[in-house]
Formats: sequence, C-alpha cells, structure tokens
Amino acid sequence: MEDMKVSMYQLYKDMLTSYLEDKSEHALYHAQQFSKQMMEQDMSPEETVSMHLSVFQDIADDLPEEVTDSFDLLLEVMIGYGLAYREHQSLRDRQQELESELNVAAHMQRTLLPNKKIEIDALDFGVVSVPAGKMSGDYYHYDIDDRGNFAVAVADVIGKGVPAAMSMSMIKYAMDTLTDKQMQPSVVLESLNRVVERNIDDDMFITMMYGVYHPDDHYFYFSSAGHEPGFFYTAKDDTFVSLEAKGLVLGVSPKVRYEEQKLKLDPGDFVVFLSDGVTESRVNGEFIEREQIVDMIRERLHMDSQEIVNEIYEQLEKAQEFQLRDDFTLMILRRKV
Amino acid sequence: MNLDIQVSEHENKNVAQVSGEVDVYTATKLKETLTPLAEQEDKELVVDLSGVDYIDSTGLGIFIGALKASEKSGTSLTLTGLNSRVKRLFEITGLHEVIDIDSTKREEA
Repeated sequence: MEDMKVSMYQLYKDMLTSYLEDKSEHALYHAQQFSKQMMEQDMSPEETVSMHLSVFQDIADDLPEEVTDSFDLLLEVMIGYGLAYREHQSLRDRQQELESELNVAAHMQRTLLPNKKIEIDALDFGVVSVPAGKMSGDYYHYDIDDRGNFAVAVADVIGKGVPAAMSMSMIKYAMDTLTDKQMQPSVVLESLNRVVERNIDDDMFITMMYGVYHPDDHYFYFSSAGHEPGFFYTAKDDTFVSLEAKGLVLGVSPKVRYEEQKLKLDPGDFVVFLSDGVTESRVNGEFIEREQIVDMIRERLHMDSQEIVNEIYEQLEKAQEFQLRDDFTLMILRRKV
Repeated sequence: MNLDIQVSEHENKNVAQVSGEVDVYTATKLKETLTPLAEQEDKELVVDLSGVDYIDSTGLGIFIGALKASEKSGTSLTLTGLNSRVKRLFEITGLHEVIDIDSTKREEA
C-alpha cells in the first residue's frame, strides 16, 4: 500500500513537472488516465489535493505562504466530497451484490417453468412469458399426463417483482403435489385455492386459468379462478369468443367451487390464455382493447402458434417503448388435425 | 395520479369516499384508511368509488383485505358507485360474489 502511494506520488510529480514545462495536451491526457487510477486505488479527493500540495512544494521551492495556506481550506472543502464518494462506492458495491442475488433468484425462477417440447400430433402449441422486471409474478404451466391429456395453465399473482415471484413458486410446488387423477380443472383450482388461502397475505391473491385438452375426443375442459378471460377461436365460423368460467380468485375464501366448462375443438380451432399484462398494455397512454388483441391474432392465423405469440409480444413491447408495465404471458393451443 | 379519501361517520356506518386511481402507488394509503374502519365492530363500512376511474390488481387486494377485516369484526363491507371498467374487474375476479356491491349508483362511464 505504501509502495502504491509512493508510485502514485512519483507519477503525479512527473506529470505535473512535464505539464509545467510545456503545457502540452499530452500531459492533460495523462491526467485523465491518472484520475481513473486514483479511483481504482480508492484514493479520496482530499488525498489527491494533499498530494498535489506536497508535489508542488517539492518542485517549486518557495511557494508563497498564502498558496500553501489556501490548500488547507481546499482540503476541508474536499473532505465532504470524499465522504460522499466513499458512500457512493459502498452503495455501488451493495447494489452489485443485490443485483447478482436477484439474478440467481431470477434464474431459479425460470427453472420452475416448463421447457420441454410438446409432442402431440394433433396439437400446435405456443407460449411467451416475459417479466416486467427480473422476477415474474406470472406463472404458466403445460404438461402431458399419464393418459396423454395435455394440461395448460396461466396464473397471475397480484403485484410484480420479488413478492409476487415468491407466491408464484407456491403455485408451482402445490401443482407438483397433484396426481394425474386430479388433473380435472375444477378440482385443481379447488385444491390450489386451499393452499393459497392458507399461505398468502390478507390483501394478496392469485388469479389462474387451468385447462385440459383430451386428444382422444378433442374436448377442452377449463376452469377459471377470477382470471382475465382468454379467447376461443372457431375456424368454421371464423369467430372469436371470450373464454370465461365463473370462479373466485385464489386465496380469498377457503371453500370455493369452480365452474368447469367444456368446448369441442375442431381442426383449426384454438384457445388463447393470457395474463392481464397483455390486456393492460397501454398503447399511446390508452389501454389496449380486447378487440385489438383479437385483430392482432386474426392477422396471423396462417402462422403457427409460437410465431403468433412471439410476434404479438414483440409488437406490444415495441408499442410500449420496450418497457413492460406488467408481466406478460400469452399462450395458444390449437388443434391441427 | 393522486388518491383522495374523505371519511364521514354516521350513526351505524362509516362512509369512505374515494377518488383518483387505486393502484400499486396509492394502495398503501387506501389500506391505512380502510383497515381501521373495517375493524370497527359496531359500524358497517361503505366505500363510495364514484370518483374512481381505475383500479389495478394491487388495489383490488386492498378491498379483499378490508373484506376479511370486516368479516373478523362481524360487520359488513359495501361498495357503491363503480364505473363499468371497475365493475368488470370485480366480476372477472368473482369478487362481486363475496363483496356486497350496490349498483344503484352510477353505471355509466
């Protein structure tokens, strides 16, 4: 450490001497490099001022007393800056620590989401889910059960960020405890509601839509726990209708029954699940209308599901100047043949 | 956007008149006002939302908290003056089945 100070002293002395001799741009450039080095070595502003004075006294023999004394005043003034600088340093370190902790948590959270490819001939499936910040309060799920039925779900925890993300993992773990026999939408939601109601704050809740597609007879069964309605598209009539089922949000009341709806999917028909990050996108300060989302899907009917959700996400992200206000999840499940 | 809450006390009920946006930024203020009112055992709570244009999900959570508090204190919570957008939110979430919503006032907008 002492050696370092000595070498900084020498460096500064050379620099100042050279500058005083020819006032060259070159010496000024060195000074910029020097200030970077100072920061790397945690030299405070007041240390620099005091070094300047010592170097100056070293190379100029008889400095007027006023000049030397004036540096005492400057030193006092710089001490305040020095304190602020050190505080800034320690906040920056702390922030980097938090940031890396959050990155680990965000990575962990992503591992809770499914990522396997779906291999059902009759199905064309696509999903996009993007958090507004690092952590997401949206959760989505898809899986094939032992009977070959395909289950999908989208859940949205109120709020966003870390608290929402922690509640989200509760849904994932509670779903993992369900057996295939319980994969009936109303039963799944009733059982999750019991878990959530016991484990969530009084003013928090989770909304969720859960559906199961049976490839043998092409029926799609679904239930909703107060979730933003999705859409159901019928290819024969070329129409979209709202995908709605009655049911209270999860976490409010311990005993809730969920209505279960069923739809027959003909070839080309599809269902859309989404989170309110999609419907509450604001374009030019105005909330997007559900019809606008329908129009965006309609323009892309010829694409496969994954392309449709990707493009809609990109378009809405761009419309919001790449700054999502809420976690965004959009999912399409289409019967191909 | 600000949130303004005026509370008036009546013989057997408290009425809170709310105006502004109830969202993640103003939810704490609403909670601090509503929770003690909902905890009062002898008075029911009426929240007039005539002046509210927008409620987000965090805001909805505050009403759930108030509902639970009023259930504990054995009183009731009633919401009035919901505009159509706010009303739709309570309907989608199924909360209109558990919270008493008086729709005699204001259906337009």
